[in-house]
Formats: sequence, C-alpha cells, structure tokens
Amino acid sequence: MLSELQHSIVQNTTRLAGFAVIAAIILTAVFAITEARITNQILVAEREALNLIFPASQHDNDLTSDSFILDIESNEYSNLELLGLRENSSAYVARNNMQVSGLILPLIARDGYSGDISLLVGIKVDGAITGLRVTAHRETPGLGDLVDLRISDWILSFNNRSLNNPELAGWTVRKNGGDFDQFTGATITPRAVTLATAKALEFFEDNKSLLLSL
Amino acid sequence: MMTSMNKKLKNISAQALWQNNPALVQLLGLCPLLAVSSSVVNALGLALVTTLVLIFSNLMVSLIRHQITAAIRLPVFVLIIASFVTCAELLMQAYAYSLYLSIGIFIPLIVTNCAILGRAVTFAANNSPLISAFDGLMMGLGFSSVLILLGALREIFGTGKLFANLDILLPMATNLEITILPNYPGFLFALLPPGAFLFMGLLLALKNFIDQQIVEKNIKNLSPNPSSSSLAEDIS
Repeated sequence: MLSELQHSIVQNTTRLAGFAVIAAIILTAVFAITEARITNQILVAEREALNLIFPASQHDNDLTSDSFILDIESNEYSNLELLGLRENSSAYVARNNMQVSGLILPLIARDGYSGDISLLVGIKVDGAITGLRVTAHRETPGLGDLVDLRISDWILSFNNRSLNNPELAGWTVRKNGGDFDQFTGATITPRAVTLATAKALEFFEDNKSLLLSL
Repeated sequence: MMTSMNKKLKNISAQALWQNNPALVQLLGLCPLLAVSSSVVNALGLALVTTLVLIFSNLMVSLIRHQITAAIRLPVFVLIIASFVTCAELLMQAYAYSLYLSIGIFIPLIVTNCAILGRAVTFAANNSPLISAFDGLMMGLGFSSVLILLGALREIFGTGKLFANLDILLPMATNLEITILPNYPGFLFALLPPGAFLFMGLLLALKNFIDQQIVEKNIKNLSPNPSSSSLAEDIS
C-alpha cells in the first residue's frame, strides 16, 4: 500500500517524465525534418558570401569545397600571427581551369572598439584585394558598425587595393595620415580593420609561393 | 453571453496594452527588452517572435492545464516554452534563413523573457485555450509596443534616423530609412546599455504621469463641485 505522499511523488514523477519524453520526441522530429534543409541553407549562404568576396566571374570552382585549414600551432607558414587568428580557421582557394587565381583568407582585427572583428579577405594572385567583409563584430551600433556592408559601403573602398596601392604608410585612416576614411565619431574601428587588412596582405606576400602551389 | 465574452476580451486587451502592460507595469522581460531595443529593426524582429511564442505557449499550457499538478507546474511550463522557442529557431533556420540571419541571435533570449512564463502561470493555467491564446496575443502586442517605441526613441536620439536597415527584416522594404534630424552628430549614450535604462525610465515616468492625469480627471468629475460641471445643473 502506498501512502498519500508516496502516491503523489510517483504521480508527479511519471507526469513530469511523460512531458519531458513528449517534448523530446517533438524536438527530435522537428530536428530530423529540418536538419538536411538547414545544412543546405548554411552551405548556400556560405557559397553566396564567398562569391561576393571573390567574384564568381574570376573563378570556376566551388569555393566551399576547395578549402584548407590554417593551423595556428604549425610552423608551415611564416608570420601566421599577422592574421591575428585565435583558433584554426578555414581559408579558401579560387581556381580558373585548375590554376590558382586567388585566395580567401580569414583574419581578425583584435583591437576593435569592443574586441575582435572577424573578417574574410579575397586576394588575387597579383596581391590585389577582390573583396573584404566583416563576418562577426560587436562594434557600437550606429558608429563602429559602419564597417559592416549591411550598414554602409565603407568596406568596398578596399576593393582593388594592394600593398602598392597605397604604399604601406597609407594603410591607416586619414586622421593618422593614411588613405582610408574614418567615421564621424569613430576612428578606432576603421583603423583596426585597415591595419589588420594590411597585415593580411603582408602574410599573403610572405607566403606567396607556398599558398599559390596549393 | 456574447456581451460578457466581449467584455472579457476587452478587459484582457486593456490589461495587456495598458493597465497591466508586461513591460511598463509588471517590468517583466527587461533583459531582452533592454538588450535588443537599440534600433527599430531589431525591436521589430524580437517583438514578432516573442508574440508568436507567447500565443502558442499560452495555448499549449491552457490545453494541458488539467493534467498538471501544482508541484510540477513550473518545470513543465519552462519545458513547453523552451521547446517552442527551439522549434521556432529550427523552423526559421530551415524555411526562412535570411530572416534567421537577421534576428536569429535574439531567439534564445526569448526563453529568458519572464513575461511568457508569467502569463503561463497567472493566466493560461486557469483559463480556456482560446481566451489564453487571445491573452498571449494581447500581452505580446503590449510588450511589442513598448519594445518598438523604445527602439524608435533610442534610434532617433542615437543616430538621428529611423527605420535604418528595415530591408534586413522585410526584403521588399528598401530605402524606408527616414532622416529625422539632418546633420545629427550622433549620441552614443542612447545606443549603449545605460541609455536603454534611461529611456526605459522616461517611458515609465510618462506612463505614470498619464495615469495620474486620468485619476485626477476622474476625481474632478466625481466630486460634486457646484461651481462647474453638469452635476451642478442636476442639483439646481
């Protein structure tokens, strides 16, 4: 014979477990139905984003499937710290008729106004930038977030730039004597992005022969 | 029967939108409210999903209210709300990926919105499903209106503009950005978290001020003041 207390404990436990099982079944079902679609959506979005950084007209391969890992522990590349990466990250190879036509490199500007700004830069074999995009940031809305293409066109001013255009001294904001605009009320964010991009170009030049033999 | 139903719905709406507004009176859901109200677009995104989750969680809680004992009430409600939010996130990711990219980061915040759990416990657990769903809709609108108003105020004072980047949320709505204050230098404080608290405080003060005006007006109308009002004529 169960006492009243035991009875209520058993009842509450079974009901709670029942609800938990039902919720788990529903969530599993929804996940199973959506999983394939979600994976595909992410891949499509990634491919579209990469094709904006390295225009589809300048390569004929699928960038999402032609990637390699930059291992921050390895000494395979010289001066890998120029990219500012905090963990192993993917880079992408653009090819035309199997020949490498350029790369998309990940980089991090560590000295943003609110911490890291993650970027991807497309670089042609001749060292010119095909596109630069911010992939993650926590900069101030309305000020620093102007580096985001959804907010302003500023980041497009890097297109076709290279280490000769301007010379290295020009790779900062106008306020510091450079070639790139700062924003009204915000110098730190655009300067961080500009300096980090210049360093990524330096990394590309330092490792050119190795990177282009991929 | 019909009129009493109407009265009940009217009462629910008045409670949700004004007298017992989840954001302005109950002060529930402040965490997502203050975090996401830096622009109208962000506010709209969170408002939309929060309202949907409120409707469905209220409906579901009401449907199973007779199967739940007091001891397991809270864990079951949290389970229901968290499951709905997770389903919403998965479905949005699969079928509305561009919307997910713009407001997806706010969706987990909805679980932390006590306004939703609050409505489940205080209303949906004691009322029939349709009434509960209606209450969810109205409470969602009450929360949304404050969220959007706060977003608009902070966007105008912070950047001098309104509806910037609305196309992230509604792809067809391009160039709806309005410049309210031309050549505005920007007021960073309004966009940062302390600004959210300040503007929320101002909204609270405004609501209390309006309520006080209404009370004073009612007292004036009720008191038999012979020098004015229609009451005087009745007495004479």
